[in-house]
Amino acid sequence: MSAQPGTLLDVRGVTKRFGGLVANKDISFRVSHGELVGIIGPNGAGKSTLFDVLTGFQPPDSGAVILDGEPITSRRPDEISRRGVGRTFQKLKPFNQMTVLENVMVGAFQKTGDPAEAHARALECLHQVGLKDKAQAHARVLSTGQRKRLEMARALAIRPRLLLLDEVTGGVDQGSIPGLIELVRAMNAGGVAMLVIEHNMRVIMGISHRVVALHLGEVICDGPPQAVVNDRRVIEAYLGGAYAR
Amino acid sequence: MPRARRIVLGGLALLALLAFPLVFTLPFPRHLMITIFLYAMLAQAWNLLAGYCGQISLGHAVFFGTGAYTSTILVNQLGVTPWAGMLVGAVLAIALSQAIGYPVFRLRGHYFAIATIAVGEIVQTLMINWDWAGGARGLFVPMKRPDSVVNFQFHDSKQTYYYIALGLLLLALWITRRTERSRTGYYFRAIREDQDAAASLGIPVTRYKQRAMALSAGLTALGGTFYAQYILFIDPESVLPLSLSILICLVAVLGGVGTLWGPVIGAAILVPLSEGTRIYLGGTGKALDLLIYGALIMLISVIQPGGIMALAQRGRRRTG
Amino acid sequence: MRGRLPAVTVEVLLQGVVSGLMMGFVYALIAAGLSLIFGLMEIVNFAHGEFLMLAMFATFWAWALWRLDPLVSLPLTAGVLFLLGIATYHGLIRWILAAPMLAQIFATFGLAIFLRSLAQALWGVDFHLVKDPWVQGRVSLGGLFIGLPQLVASVGALVAFVFLNWFIGRTETGLALQATAQDRQAASLMGIDTDRMFALGWGIGSACVGVAGALLAIFFYIFPDVGSTFALMAYVTVALGGFGNVPGTLAAGVVVGLVEVLGGLLIAPALKYVAVFLIYLVVVLWRPQGLFGRF
Repeated sequence: MSAQPGTLLDVRGVTKRFGGLVANKDISFRVSHGELVGIIGPNGAGKSTLFDVLTGFQPPDSGAVILDGEPITSRRPDEISRRGVGRTFQKLKPFNQMTVLENVMVGAFQKTGDPAEAHARALECLHQVGLKDKAQAHARVLSTGQRKRLEMARALAIRPRLLLLDEVTGGVDQGSIPGLIELVRAMNAGGVAMLVIEHNMRVIMGISHRVVALHLGEVICDGPPQAVVNDRRVIEAYLGGAYAR
Repeated sequence: MPRARRIVLGGLALLALLAFPLVFTLPFPRHLMITIFLYAMLAQAWNLLAGYCGQISLGHAVFFGTGAYTSTILVNQLGVTPWAGMLVGAVLAIALSQAIGYPVFRLRGHYFAIATIAVGEIVQTLMINWDWAGGARGLFVPMKRPDSVVNFQFHDSKQTYYYIALGLLLLALWITRRTERSRTGYYFRAIREDQDAAASLGIPVTRYKQRAMALSAGLTALGGTFYAQYILFIDPESVLPLSLSILICLVAVLGGVGTLWGPVIGAAILVPLSEGTRIYLGGTGKALDLLIYGALIMLISVIQPGGIMALAQRGRRRTG
Repeated sequence: MRGRLPAVTVEVLLQGVVSGLMMGFVYALIAAGLSLIFGLMEIVNFAHGEFLMLAMFATFWAWALWRLDPLVSLPLTAGVLFLLGIATYHGLIRWILAAPMLAQIFATFGLAIFLRSLAQALWGVDFHLVKDPWVQGRVSLGGLFIGLPQLVASVGALVAFVFLNWFIGRTETGLALQATAQDRQAASLMGIDTDRMFALGWGIGSACVGVAGALLAIFFYIFPDVGSTFALMAYVTVALGGFGNVPGTLAAGVVVGLVEVLGGLLIAPALKYVAVFLIYLVVVLWRPQGLFGRF
């Protein structure tokens, strides 16, 4: 298997079926080191399923997932995580009975067994996402926007090479969105490659180096944001045939 | 409470406990305390698996019985000192726990709980039918005089039993405290809160569940050996029944699962309550104290599933 | 191990299969109630065995006090259990719907212990038996001897089970129950009163156990602990059939009944429950969601 220099994630022909429903059909694309790739597609396009396949929560029916030259298809989620892949979840999963700081420490412990070191790393990550002053609060009292930041901090704590963000702005109040976008940009600027599922078109256009558009489980377009958003098939998928030129 | 004050109070409490049998020399108060220590320790062991790691086992008596039977059989068959038997019992319990965990940890929620009940029932039924190990008639630990630490038997007074039981409880508390603050403790709690999120952060979930299981089973088995040497008679009905598994859970739940002191508080309340109803309600005590247990369990689950520790925390928060 | 039984002949085996099949229908009915409740709100009623015990006692007392044959008092018993189910929902379950799983398990466990000791306090530990019921004796079917009470109980259980399935699948209320089970939010958005559905689910689930208890009381010894073994069989049946899958419990019940009898025959009578539990563990290992369940 030859890896292109600069390719971090190589998704090849991933197909995933649930009974009669084909959630992912022959999906292929690449993510380079440090690249920010946006994934768009109407509801039901198979985006979250793709994330589950990439992070080991669902085995694909066929196809391969290769991380930096090493196949990770069908590996366990924790194994994939330890190879440098972090993720957030669309339906947020904070550790509710633990404090914000403890939540992030769980992530930090991947790289160290020492509670003091994990504590320090966790504070660092919380500072990065702007939640440092909430460190002692229980996770369950946070607002949605704050929970999203918490999940990001937690995923950051494992020092990932690739971060998968499932819905950055979903359910977040308008005022908080610019801050979240800045955060995502800053994380990417720090060298972390990213795969971002997002419904808000403006957000995706603003931050992505490249965009992959999915529809009914298939990739219908893959390229720079401007090209994708003007692509006829993409317009058709989102708005219906009448709008496609 | 500032740290210095906590240490002083803790030290005083420990001194009081150490001095207790010197002040109260009658057998009954000592027996009461020994029983409290034993249940607190068993509940603490269960708490590690269920409270911290979120795996609710309803068949924990299996490990208690393993400890009790292993040391007793070794004493009877090979004349080995019960202390060695205790260690062997713990090792066997750990091995058993891993064997049980392998299939059972693939299940979640209610399926898991029922599977643990099933395992408990299987083991109890097997032991009832295993005549070589005493079957339904049970096994006696032959009386050995004079009292000796090596033989783990003390007939003239309960004092030494008291200190051993206290020692076991302190061991359980120490292990829990250390685990709480370590990476393992954080991983346990993460697994309890959300297994998938835990896995996404690199935690090998099954491996840590098995670790919790091993810790829990080993400690529980130690209690089993102690019981065997204290009562000098064991049978499936006394060391393996579902009711014992439930009682262990109840002690922890009453006091507060997932907390360090919950099991101790739970035992401190439940054991005297149980002894009290047994004494004051006489012959029908058996059903009546169970009646109270049942009502108590329902009440706790509805009003404050977090147990007494949670009630105390709420109170503390309200008074600032 | 204790001494083995005399040789197991084909006839004995056949007798066992029929017996297991019949008992299986009763297990299925008991389990169906449990499955219905779980399907609605993801709560296992750990007091289900005690409900069965109460149904059996109700039947016994109806006979002891008013000379009502179990078959006559059956509707009464079912009605009483129906009310008990609804009372349990409103008095206990409603308060723990959002509580952590440990609290939910303990709530019904506490109820189980409470009811069992209540029965013991009221009626003692002695075994009771309905004497001289209308249905007694044996029939001979194709060379096999089948106890008439057992036959009536299993047929009755099967009929009740079929009726339950019809109710859930074909009536408006039944469909509302299904809708609530599948998606609570969507159901309530459609105007279904989910609170009422939950209560109804508990009522019907308990009524199933009421019918089973009345039928069993025709020939079974009745005592405060009688529910616990049935309960364990029921949990295993529900888990085998898949939690929430009511039709699946029929096949699962038959499997449990057969394994119990055949395990007892082929291994040792004392170990028949071990066989059942082992089968449970094997099945859930192979298919964690049960034979027919959705996870």
